[in-house]
Amino acid sequence: MIRSFGWESVEFLIRGAGWTLLLSLMTFVVGGFFALIFALLRTLGPKPVRLAIAGFIQLVQATPLLIVVFLAFYGLSFMGLHFPPMVAAGVSLAVYTTAFLADIWRGCIEAIPKQQWEAADALALTRIQQLRYVILPQAFKISLGPTVGFMVQIVKNTSVVALIGFVELTRAGQLLNNMTFQPFHVFLTVAAIYFAICYPLSFLSERLKGNRHVRPAH
Amino acid sequence: MAYQMNFAPVMALAPQLVEGALNTLILSGQAIVAGLAIGIVGAVSRTEGPRWLDRAVGVYVELFRNTPLLVQLFLIFFGLPYIGIRLSANMAAIIAIALNLGAYSTEILRAGLQAIPRTQVEAGLALGLSRLQVVRYVVIIPALRIIYPALTGQLTLTLLGSSIASAISATELTAAGARIESTTFRSLETFLCIAVIYITMTFAFRFVYWLVGLWLFRRKAPPKPSLIADVTEVSRAGA
Repeated sequence: MIRSFGWESVEFLIRGAGWTLLLSLMTFVVGGFFALIFALLRTLGPKPVRLAIAGFIQLVQATPLLIVVFLAFYGLSFMGLHFPPMVAAGVSLAVYTTAFLADIWRGCIEAIPKQQWEAADALALTRIQQLRYVILPQAFKISLGPTVGFMVQIVKNTSVVALIGFVELTRAGQLLNNMTFQPFHVFLTVAAIYFAICYPLSFLSERLKGNRHVRPAH
Repeated sequence: MAYQMNFAPVMALAPQLVEGALNTLILSGQAIVAGLAIGIVGAVSRTEGPRWLDRAVGVYVELFRNTPLLVQLFLIFFGLPYIGIRLSANMAAIIAIALNLGAYSTEILRAGLQAIPRTQVEAGLALGLSRLQVVRYVVIIPALRIIYPALTGQLTLTLLGSSIASAISATELTAAGARIESTTFRSLETFLCIAVIYITMTFAFRFVYWLVGLWLFRRKAPPKPSLIADVTEVSRAGA
């Protein structure tokens, strides 16, 4: 049935955008959780663990996201269970996000001067206390800009799971295009919705990066 | 029940994998050349051009950096015919990837250009270097050195991002993989092979970027200002 592109269509796309947001949020929470552990182990863990994590990060960063998504999609279903695309989408995006965020956050931890560790050590803080009270609060401040910047990448990356049939914003656009045959209107609207989500994040990211130098460094 | 991996049917189609990899290199190579050209023009417009041009390029950059490549690809491949511009899948892919890279590289190159203070250019001219020499030795090479990691990282992302072009059946590696998968039904094996090929290409390119970097930045950094620093450096090296 051919429909024309109207307000109904925009509503349909906005519902798709809801899934994009939900998937992005899930990806950020799960990916961020593992990324934090990986970033800490990558800088402070025993050598074999550090090497293993570095290897994982290198391999994932050298694989296209679409291939990670396919591997999760087919890999999971070959383990004997049939997962809905939602699971494959979540797992692959989380793995991909972990690899990138872990690298970003490692950089932030390593940006803290060695003297800060030494000073904390001289104050008789334990290793955990040094991290908790001295290193991580400073690293957190540095990481804000790049982290929000990476959220933009996460939102955009979720579009790839449209290709395994998960109905988020891009897939909703494809479906709508099949119903209306008005690809120009449909994909322009889809792009506009992505822009409306991503641009504020980009703007915030730039602001957070810029302010870093304004704040007194101590 | 464990799944039995069987790579034999996929390996039988190895020539298709090789062809796909070559097509990915050709596709992303063309997109990279075009994208960097856009980036250079964009960066120079933003730093040297009039205000309105800076603004216009800024809008282009923000539009392309804040929407997914896949949607840009759909808009160009499916959307443009609607207003009378019909492109082949490969052409659409090259244009989309080039415009995307153009937006990112504009900002990266601009950061490099802005990192060179104007006084440094004046110092070069005062030393009697020609304008061309100043552009080469005082602006381009030092600026490139600063942005080299970001720029090569973006090129790697472009190579990997070209896999998205399989969504419109452009001829490249992921599309070749999808074809092999549909004839062998060995999905996991196929995409594992594809992943290995992408990883190999990425590492090979990183090595090439490293070599090019060694050659480009072969001139040593300026010597340290004080003799004492050199002495301590030597004694530390000897210890």
